[in-house]
Amino acid sequence: MPQFQDPLLLSQAVWLLIIFGVFYFVLSFFVLPRVGSVLEDRAARITADLEAARASKQQADAAMAELSAATAKARAEAQAAVAAALAEATAKAQAESDVLNAKLAEQINAAEARIATARDAAMAAIGSVATETASALVSKLMGKADANAVQAAVSRTLASRGAA
Amino acid sequence: MAAEGKAIDALSQFELSTTLGPIGAAVNFTQSNLHMVYAAAFAILLMTVGMGARALVPGRMQSLAESAYEFIMGMVTEQVGEEGKRYFPFVFALFMFVLLGNAIGLLPYAFTYTSHIVVTFGLAAMVIVVVTGVALARHGWHFFGYFFPEGAPLWLAPIIIPVEIVSYLSRPLSLSIRLFANMVAGHVMLKVFATFVVMLGGLGVVGPVLSILPLSINVALMGFELLVAFLQAYVFAILTCIYLHDAVHLH
Repeated sequence: MPQFQDPLLLSQAVWLLIIFGVFYFVLSFFVLPRVGSVLEDRAARITADLEAARASKQQADAAMAELSAATAKARAEAQAAVAAALAEATAKAQAESDVLNAKLAEQINAAEARIATARDAAMAAIGSVATETASALVSKLMGKADANAVQAAVSRTLASRGAA
Repeated sequence: MAAEGKAIDALSQFELSTTLGPIGAAVNFTQSNLHMVYAAAFAILLMTVGMGARALVPGRMQSLAESAYEFIMGMVTEQVGEEGKRYFPFVFALFMFVLLGNAIGLLPYAFTYTSHIVVTFGLAAMVIVVVTGVALARHGWHFFGYFFPEGAPLWLAPIIIPVEIVSYLSRPLSLSIRLFANMVAGHVMLKVFATFVVMLGGLGVVGPVLSILPLSINVALMGFELLVAFLQAYVFAILTCIYLHDAVHLH
Protein backbone atom coordinates (compact mmCIF):
# COMPACT_ATOMS: atom_id res chain seq x y z
CA MET A 1 0.00 0.00 0.00
CA PRO A 2 1.36 3.44 -0.87
CA GLN A 3 0.19 4.68 2.54
CA PHE A 4 2.97 2.70 4.24
CA GLN A 5 5.87 2.90 1.78
CA ASP A 6 5.58 6.07 -0.28
CA PRO A 7 8.81 8.10 -0.12
CA LEU A 8 6.79 11.34 0.21
CA LEU A 9 4.95 10.28 3.40
CA LEU A 10 7.08 12.33 5.76
CA SER A 11 6.94 15.52 3.72
CA GLN A 12 3.19 15.05 3.38
CA ALA A 13 2.89 14.92 7.17
CA VAL A 14 5.09 18.00 7.62
CA TRP A 15 3.00 19.95 5.13
CA LEU A 16 -0.11 18.70 6.94
CA LEU A 17 1.14 20.27 10.17
CA ILE A 18 1.93 23.55 8.40
CA ILE A 19 -1.37 23.73 6.50
CA PHE A 20 -3.50 22.68 9.45
CA GLY A 21 -1.63 25.12 11.69
CA VAL A 22 -2.30 28.02 9.34
CA PHE A 23 -5.91 26.86 8.91
CA TYR A 24 -6.43 26.74 12.67
CA PHE A 25 -4.77 30.13 13.15
CA VAL A 26 -6.88 31.85 10.49
CA LEU A 27 -10.05 30.23 11.77
CA SER A 28 -9.57 30.97 15.43
CA PHE A 29 -8.25 34.55 15.08
CA PHE A 30 -10.11 35.93 12.07
CA VAL A 31 -12.95 33.81 10.79
CA LEU A 32 -14.74 32.29 13.77
CA PRO A 33 -14.82 35.43 15.97
CA ARG A 34 -16.68 37.25 13.18
CA VAL A 35 -19.27 34.47 12.96
CA GLY A 36 -19.56 34.46 16.73
CA SER A 37 -20.07 38.21 16.87
CA VAL A 38 -22.85 38.03 14.26
CA LEU A 39 -24.59 35.31 16.24
CA GLU A 40 -24.16 37.24 19.48
CA ASP A 41 -25.52 40.41 17.88
CA ARG A 42 -28.54 38.48 16.72
CA ALA A 43 -29.10 36.91 20.14
CA ALA A 44 -28.78 40.34 21.79
CA ARG A 45 -31.17 41.86 19.27
CA ILE A 46 -33.73 39.11 19.83
CA THR A 47 -33.42 39.46 23.61
CA ALA A 48 -33.85 43.24 23.36
CA ASP A 49 -36.85 42.88 21.06
CA LEU A 50 -38.45 40.35 23.38
CA GLU A 51 -37.81 42.70 26.30
CA ALA A 52 -39.40 45.60 24.40
CA ALA A 53 -42.38 43.45 23.48
CA ARG A 54 -42.80 42.41 27.11
CA ALA A 55 -42.63 46.05 28.25
CA SER A 56 -45.17 47.06 25.61
CA LYS A 57 -47.49 44.32 26.71
CA GLN A 58 -47.20 45.45 30.31
CA GLN A 59 -47.96 49.01 29.23
CA ALA A 60 -50.96 47.85 27.24
CA ASP A 61 -52.22 45.81 30.19
CA ALA A 62 -51.89 48.83 32.46
CA ALA A 63 -53.73 51.04 29.97
CA MET A 64 -56.44 48.40 29.68
CA ALA A 65 -56.85 48.25 33.46
CA GLU A 66 -56.94 52.04 33.63
CA LEU A 67 -59.58 52.15 30.93
CA SER A 68 -61.81 49.60 32.62
CA ALA A 69 -61.43 51.42 35.94
CA ALA A 70 -62.37 54.71 34.28
CA THR A 71 -65.36 53.06 32.62
CA ALA A 72 -66.55 51.62 35.91
CA LYS A 73 -66.14 54.97 37.63
CA ALA A 74 -68.01 56.80 34.86
CA ARG A 75 -70.81 54.26 35.02
CA ALA A 76 -71.10 54.66 38.80
CA GLU A 77 -71.13 58.44 38.48
CA ALA A 78 -73.79 58.34 35.80
CA GLN A 79 -75.93 56.03 37.90
CA ALA A 80 -75.55 58.33 40.91
CA ALA A 81 -76.51 61.37 38.80
CA VAL A 82 -79.56 59.56 37.41
CA ALA A 83 -80.65 58.52 40.90
CA ALA A 84 -80.15 62.06 42.26
CA ALA A 85 -82.12 63.63 39.39
CA LEU A 86 -84.87 61.08 39.87
CA ALA A 87 -85.07 61.80 43.61
CA GLU A 88 -85.08 65.54 43.01
CA ALA A 89 -87.82 65.30 40.42
CA THR A 90 -89.90 63.08 42.71
CA ALA A 91 -89.47 65.48 45.61
CA LYS A 92 -90.38 68.47 43.44
CA ALA A 93 -93.45 66.73 42.07
CA GLN A 94 -94.44 65.76 45.59
CA ALA A 95 -94.06 69.31 46.83
CA GLU A 96 -96.03 70.71 43.89
CA SER A 97 -98.81 68.25 44.37
CA ASP A 98 -98.85 69.01 48.10
CA VAL A 99 -99.23 72.73 47.39
CA LEU A 100 -101.93 72.02 44.82
CA ASN A 101 -103.75 69.71 47.21
CA ALA A 102 -103.64 72.32 49.94
CA LYS A 103 -104.98 74.98 47.58
CA LEU A 104 -107.74 72.69 46.37
CA ALA A 105 -108.67 71.75 49.91
CA GLU A 106 -108.83 75.42 50.81
CA GLN A 107 -111.09 76.14 47.82
CA ILE A 108 -113.22 73.14 48.72
CA ASN A 109 -113.55 74.38 52.30
CA ALA A 110 -114.46 77.88 51.13
CA ALA A 111 -117.02 76.51 48.72
CA GLU A 112 -118.47 74.28 51.38
CA ALA A 113 -118.71 77.27 53.73
CA ARG A 114 -120.46 79.28 51.03
CA ILE A 115 -122.82 76.41 50.39
CA ALA A 116 -123.54 76.15 54.13
CA THR A 117 -124.29 79.89 54.43
CA ALA A 118 -126.43 79.79 51.31
CA ARG A 119 -128.33 76.83 52.67
CA ASP A 120 -128.70 78.46 56.05
CA ALA A 121 -129.98 81.58 54.31
CA ALA A 122 -132.29 79.49 52.20
CA MET A 123 -133.46 77.56 55.25
CA ALA A 124 -134.03 80.81 57.12
CA ALA A 125 -135.97 82.22 54.18
CA ILE A 126 -138.06 79.07 53.78
CA GLY A 127 -140.16 79.89 56.85
CA SER A 128 -141.23 83.36 55.65
CA VAL A 129 -141.78 82.11 52.09
CA ALA A 130 -143.93 79.23 53.39
CA THR A 131 -145.84 81.60 55.65
CA GLU A 132 -146.47 84.05 52.78
CA THR A 133 -147.52 81.20 50.48
CA ALA A 134 -149.73 79.68 53.14
CA SER A 135 -151.24 83.16 53.94
CA ALA A 136 -151.94 83.76 50.27
CA LEU A 137 -153.53 80.30 49.90
CA VAL A 138 -155.62 80.69 53.04
CA SER A 139 -156.75 84.22 52.11
CA LYS A 140 -157.71 83.03 48.62
CA LEU A 141 -159.68 80.14 50.06
CA MET A 142 -161.20 81.83 53.08
CA GLY A 143 -161.16 85.50 52.26
CA LYS A 144 -158.92 86.34 55.11
CA ALA A 145 -156.11 84.79 57.05
CA ASP A 146 -155.08 84.91 60.59
CA ALA A 147 -151.42 85.73 60.12
CA ASN A 148 -150.35 84.49 63.54
CA ALA A 149 -152.16 81.12 63.18
CA VAL A 150 -150.65 80.54 59.74
CA GLN A 151 -147.17 81.33 60.95
CA ALA A 152 -147.58 79.00 63.90
CA ALA A 153 -148.84 76.19 61.69
CA VAL A 154 -146.01 76.65 59.24
CA SER A 155 -143.46 76.66 62.04
CA ARG A 156 -144.95 73.48 63.48
CA THR A 157 -144.97 71.72 60.18
CA LEU A 158 -141.39 72.75 59.44
CA ALA A 159 -140.33 71.63 62.88
CA SER A 160 -142.08 68.27 62.49
CA ARG A 161 -140.32 67.63 59.16
CA GLY A 162 -137.06 68.29 60.85
CA ALA A 163 -136.01 70.92 58.41
CA ALA A 164 -134.09 73.75 59.84
CA MET B 1 -5.38 4.16 -15.10
CA ALA B 2 -8.32 1.83 -14.51
CA ALA B 3 -7.54 -1.62 -15.80
CA GLU B 4 -3.98 -1.98 -16.94
CA GLY B 5 -3.20 -5.42 -18.23
CA LYS B 6 -6.50 -6.85 -16.98
CA ALA B 7 -5.48 -6.36 -13.36
CA ILE B 8 -7.53 -4.36 -10.95
CA ASP B 9 -5.28 -1.61 -9.65
CA ALA B 10 -7.18 -0.11 -6.71
CA LEU B 11 -4.22 1.23 -4.77
CA SER B 12 -2.39 3.46 -7.23
CA GLN B 13 -4.93 6.20 -6.47
CA PHE B 14 -3.26 6.60 -3.08
CA GLU B 15 0.22 7.20 -4.51
CA LEU B 16 1.75 10.55 -3.74
CA SER B 17 3.41 12.77 -6.27
CA THR B 18 4.78 16.26 -6.05
CA THR B 19 2.78 19.04 -7.59
CA LEU B 20 3.12 22.73 -8.46
CA GLY B 21 5.97 22.02 -10.84
CA PRO B 22 9.62 22.43 -9.84
CA ILE B 23 8.81 24.57 -6.79
CA GLY B 24 6.57 21.85 -5.37
CA ALA B 25 9.15 19.23 -6.20
CA ALA B 26 11.84 21.24 -4.43
CA VAL B 27 9.86 21.31 -1.16
CA ASN B 28 8.16 17.93 -1.68
CA PHE B 29 4.73 19.54 -1.83
CA THR B 30 2.42 16.67 -2.81
CA GLN B 31 -0.98 16.66 -4.47
CA SER B 32 -2.32 15.48 -1.12
CA ASN B 33 -1.09 18.73 0.47
CA LEU B 34 -2.60 20.71 -2.37
CA HIS B 35 -5.99 19.18 -1.57
CA MET B 36 -5.46 20.13 2.07
CA VAL B 37 -5.01 23.71 0.90
CA TYR B 38 -8.18 23.42 -1.20
CA ALA B 39 -10.15 22.13 1.79
CA ALA B 40 -8.82 24.80 4.15
CA ALA B 41 -9.40 27.55 1.60
CA PHE B 42 -12.91 26.29 0.91
CA ALA B 43 -13.75 26.26 4.62
CA ILE B 44 -12.31 29.74 5.16
CA LEU B 45 -14.09 31.04 2.08
CA LEU B 46 -17.40 29.54 3.17
CA MET B 47 -17.11 31.10 6.60
CA THR B 48 -16.00 34.54 5.40
CA VAL B 49 -17.99 35.00 2.17
CA GLY B 50 -21.01 33.45 3.82
CA MET B 51 -20.76 35.80 6.78
CA GLY B 52 -19.82 38.78 4.62
CA ALA B 53 -23.28 40.30 4.80
CA ARG B 54 -23.45 39.95 8.59
CA ALA B 55 -27.21 39.96 8.02
CA LEU B 56 -29.66 39.76 10.86
CA VAL B 57 -31.76 37.38 8.80
CA PRO B 58 -29.21 35.10 7.10
CA GLY B 59 -29.26 34.19 3.44
CA ARG B 60 -28.36 30.74 2.11
CA MET B 61 -24.58 30.98 2.40
CA GLN B 62 -24.75 32.67 5.76
CA SER B 63 -27.18 30.00 7.00
CA LEU B 64 -24.74 27.31 5.90
CA ALA B 65 -21.83 29.02 7.66
CA GLU B 66 -23.89 29.62 10.79
CA SER B 67 -25.18 26.04 10.79
CA ALA B 68 -21.63 24.71 10.65
CA TYR B 69 -20.61 27.06 13.47
CA GLU B 70 -23.57 26.23 15.66
CA PHE B 71 -23.38 22.50 14.95
CA ILE B 72 -19.82 22.28 16.29
CA MET B 73 -20.48 24.85 19.03
CA GLY B 74 -23.44 22.75 20.19
CA MET B 75 -21.31 19.60 20.13
CA VAL B 76 -18.51 21.22 22.13
CA THR B 77 -20.77 22.79 24.78
CA GLU B 78 -22.82 19.62 25.08
CA GLN B 79 -19.83 17.29 25.45
CA VAL B 80 -17.31 19.46 27.26
CA GLY B 81 -19.47 22.11 28.88
CA GLU B 82 -19.07 25.89 29.02
CA GLU B 83 -15.29 25.58 29.58
CA GLY B 84 -15.10 23.79 26.24
CA LYS B 85 -15.78 26.98 24.29
CA ARG B 86 -12.06 27.78 24.46
CA TYR B 87 -11.32 24.67 22.40
CA PHE B 88 -14.13 25.28 19.92
CA PRO B 89 -11.84 26.63 17.14
CA PHE B 90 -9.68 23.53 17.37
CA VAL B 91 -12.63 21.13 17.10
CA PHE B 92 -14.14 23.24 14.33
CA ALA B 93 -10.90 23.21 12.37
CA LEU B 94 -10.59 19.44 12.80
CA PHE B 95 -14.19 18.79 11.77
CA MET B 96 -13.98 21.01 8.69
CA PHE B 97 -10.57 19.66 7.69
CA VAL B 98 -11.71 16.04 7.90
CA LEU B 99 -15.17 16.64 6.41
CA LEU B 100 -13.88 18.60 3.43
CA GLY B 101 -10.96 16.18 2.99
CA ASN B 102 -13.43 13.29 2.77
CA ALA B 103 -15.90 15.19 0.59
CA ILE B 104 -13.42 16.75 -1.86
CA GLY B 105 -11.85 13.30 -2.24
CA LEU B 106 -15.11 12.07 -3.79
CA LEU B 107 -14.76 14.45 -6.74
CA PRO B 108 -13.28 12.90 -9.90
CA TYR B 109 -9.47 13.26 -10.18
CA ALA B 110 -9.32 14.56 -6.61
CA PHE B 111 -7.05 13.12 -3.96
CA THR B 112 -8.40 11.98 -0.59
CA TYR B 113 -5.80 13.00 1.96
CA THR B 114 -7.79 11.37 4.79
CA SER B 115 -7.02 8.02 3.16
CA HIS B 116 -3.44 8.35 4.32
CA ILE B 117 -2.68 6.94 7.75
CA VAL B 118 0.12 9.48 8.12
CA VAL B 119 -2.42 12.31 7.79
CA THR B 120 -5.08 10.80 10.03
CA PHE B 121 -2.50 9.82 12.60
CA GLY B 122 -1.03 13.32 12.42
CA LEU B 123 -4.45 14.78 13.19
CA ALA B 124 -5.10 12.24 15.96
CA ALA B 125 -1.68 12.89 17.46
CA MET B 126 -2.49 16.60 17.44
CA VAL B 127 -5.70 15.81 19.31
CA ILE B 128 -3.90 13.73 21.92
CA VAL B 129 -1.16 16.33 22.39
CA VAL B 130 -3.75 19.10 22.83
CA VAL B 131 -5.90 16.98 25.16
CA THR B 132 -2.95 15.95 27.30
CA GLY B 133 -1.67 19.53 27.34
CA VAL B 134 -5.09 20.80 28.46
CA ALA B 135 -5.29 18.15 31.18
CA LEU B 136 -1.78 18.93 32.47
CA ALA B 137 -2.40 22.67 32.38
CA ARG B 138 -5.69 22.40 34.26
CA HIS B 139 -4.86 19.69 36.78
CA GLY B 140 -1.07 19.52 36.99
CA TRP B 141 0.08 16.33 38.70
CA HIS B 142 -3.52 15.31 39.46
CA PHE B 143 -3.74 14.40 35.80
CA PHE B 144 -1.87 11.18 36.54
CA GLY B 145 -4.63 10.21 38.95
CA TYR B 146 -6.63 9.70 35.81
CA PHE B 147 -4.87 6.40 35.30
CA PHE B 148 -6.03 5.04 38.64
CA PRO B 149 -9.75 5.58 39.32
CA GLU B 150 -10.59 6.70 42.83
CA GLY B 151 -12.07 4.02 45.09
CA ALA B 152 -10.55 1.11 43.22
CA PRO B 153 -8.84 -1.40 45.54
CA LEU B 154 -5.15 -0.64 45.79
CA TRP B 155 -4.04 -4.20 45.06
CA LEU B 156 -5.62 -3.85 41.60
CA ALA B 157 -3.29 -0.97 40.77
CA PRO B 158 -0.71 -3.12 38.94
CA ILE B 159 -3.46 -4.25 36.56
CA ILE B 160 -5.55 -1.10 36.31
CA ILE B 161 -2.75 1.39 35.70
CA PRO B 162 -1.19 -0.38 32.70
CA VAL B 163 -4.64 -1.01 31.24
CA GLU B 164 -5.57 2.66 31.61
CA ILE B 165 -2.29 3.79 30.09
CA VAL B 166 -2.69 1.44 27.15
CA SER B 167 -6.26 2.58 26.61
CA TYR B 168 -5.13 6.21 26.76
CA LEU B 169 -2.37 5.62 24.26
CA SER B 170 -4.64 3.64 21.97
CA ARG B 171 -6.90 6.64 21.52
CA PRO B 172 -4.90 8.23 18.71
CA LEU B 173 -4.52 4.83 17.06
CA SER B 174 -8.26 4.08 17.06
CA LEU B 175 -9.03 7.65 16.03
CA SER B 176 -6.66 7.59 13.08
CA ILE B 177 -7.19 3.98 11.95
CA ARG B 178 -11.00 4.38 11.97
CA LEU B 179 -10.89 7.33 9.60
CA PHE B 180 -8.08 5.93 7.45
CA ALA B 181 -9.71 2.49 7.08
CA ASN B 182 -13.12 3.94 6.24
CA MET B 183 -11.75 6.19 3.54
CA VAL B 184 -9.44 3.55 2.04
CA ALA B 185 -12.20 0.94 2.00
CA GLY B 186 -14.63 3.31 0.34
CA HIS B 187 -12.22 4.44 -2.34
CA VAL B 188 -10.95 0.92 -3.07
CA MET B 189 -14.53 -0.25 -3.53
CA LEU B 190 -15.34 2.67 -5.80
CA LYS B 191 -12.22 1.92 -7.84
CA VAL B 192 -12.91 -1.83 -8.03
CA PHE B 193 -16.47 -1.37 -9.29
CA ALA B 194 -15.37 1.38 -11.66
CA THR B 195 -12.80 -1.05 -13.08
CA PHE B 196 -15.55 -3.64 -13.49
CA VAL B 197 -17.50 -1.13 -15.54
CA VAL B 198 -14.55 -0.63 -17.88
CA MET B 199 -13.71 -4.36 -18.08
CA LEU B 200 -17.31 -5.43 -18.76
CA GLY B 201 -17.71 -2.61 -21.25
CA GLY B 202 -15.02 -4.22 -23.37
CA LEU B 203 -16.74 -7.64 -23.52
CA GLY B 204 -18.40 -7.55 -26.92
CA VAL B 205 -22.15 -7.07 -27.27
CA VAL B 206 -23.49 -8.03 -23.82
CA GLY B 207 -20.67 -6.23 -22.01
CA PRO B 208 -22.08 -2.71 -21.99
CA VAL B 209 -25.44 -4.08 -20.77
CA LEU B 210 -23.81 -6.04 -17.98
CA SER B 211 -21.67 -3.07 -17.00
CA ILE B 212 -24.81 -1.26 -15.89
CA LEU B 213 -24.75 -3.41 -12.76
CA PRO B 214 -21.38 -2.26 -11.31
CA LEU B 215 -22.18 1.26 -12.47
CA SER B 216 -25.39 1.36 -10.47
CA ILE B 217 -23.51 -0.12 -7.49
CA ASN B 218 -21.04 2.76 -7.81
CA VAL B 219 -23.87 5.29 -7.85
CA ALA B 220 -25.21 3.83 -4.62
CA LEU B 221 -21.68 3.67 -3.19
CA MET B 222 -21.19 7.36 -3.96
CA GLY B 223 -24.20 8.28 -1.82
CA PHE B 224 -22.99 5.93 0.88
CA GLU B 225 -19.52 7.48 0.75
CA LEU B 226 -21.02 10.94 1.19
CA LEU B 227 -22.70 9.67 4.34
CA VAL B 228 -19.45 8.09 5.51
CA ALA B 229 -17.58 11.34 4.76
CA PHE B 230 -19.87 13.28 7.08
CA LEU B 231 -20.14 10.51 9.65
CA GLN B 232 -16.39 10.03 10.00
CA ALA B 233 -15.82 13.77 10.38
CA TYR B 234 -18.57 13.80 13.01
CA VAL B 235 -17.05 10.82 14.84
CA PHE B 236 -13.61 12.42 14.75
CA ALA B 237 -14.95 15.69 16.15
CA ILE B 238 -17.14 14.13 18.82
CA LEU B 239 -14.38 11.80 20.03
CA THR B 240 -12.12 14.84 20.29
CA CYS B 241 -14.83 16.51 22.37
CA ILE B 242 -15.14 13.45 24.63
CA TYR B 243 -11.36 13.35 25.16
CA LEU B 244 -11.43 17.09 25.91
CA HIS B 245 -14.21 16.47 28.43
CA ASP B 246 -12.03 13.89 30.18
CA ALA B 247 -9.12 16.34 30.14
CA VAL B 248 -11.20 19.19 31.56
CA HIS B 249 -13.10 17.19 34.17
CA LEU B 250 -10.81 14.13 34.75
CA HIS B 251 -13.71 11.64 34.85
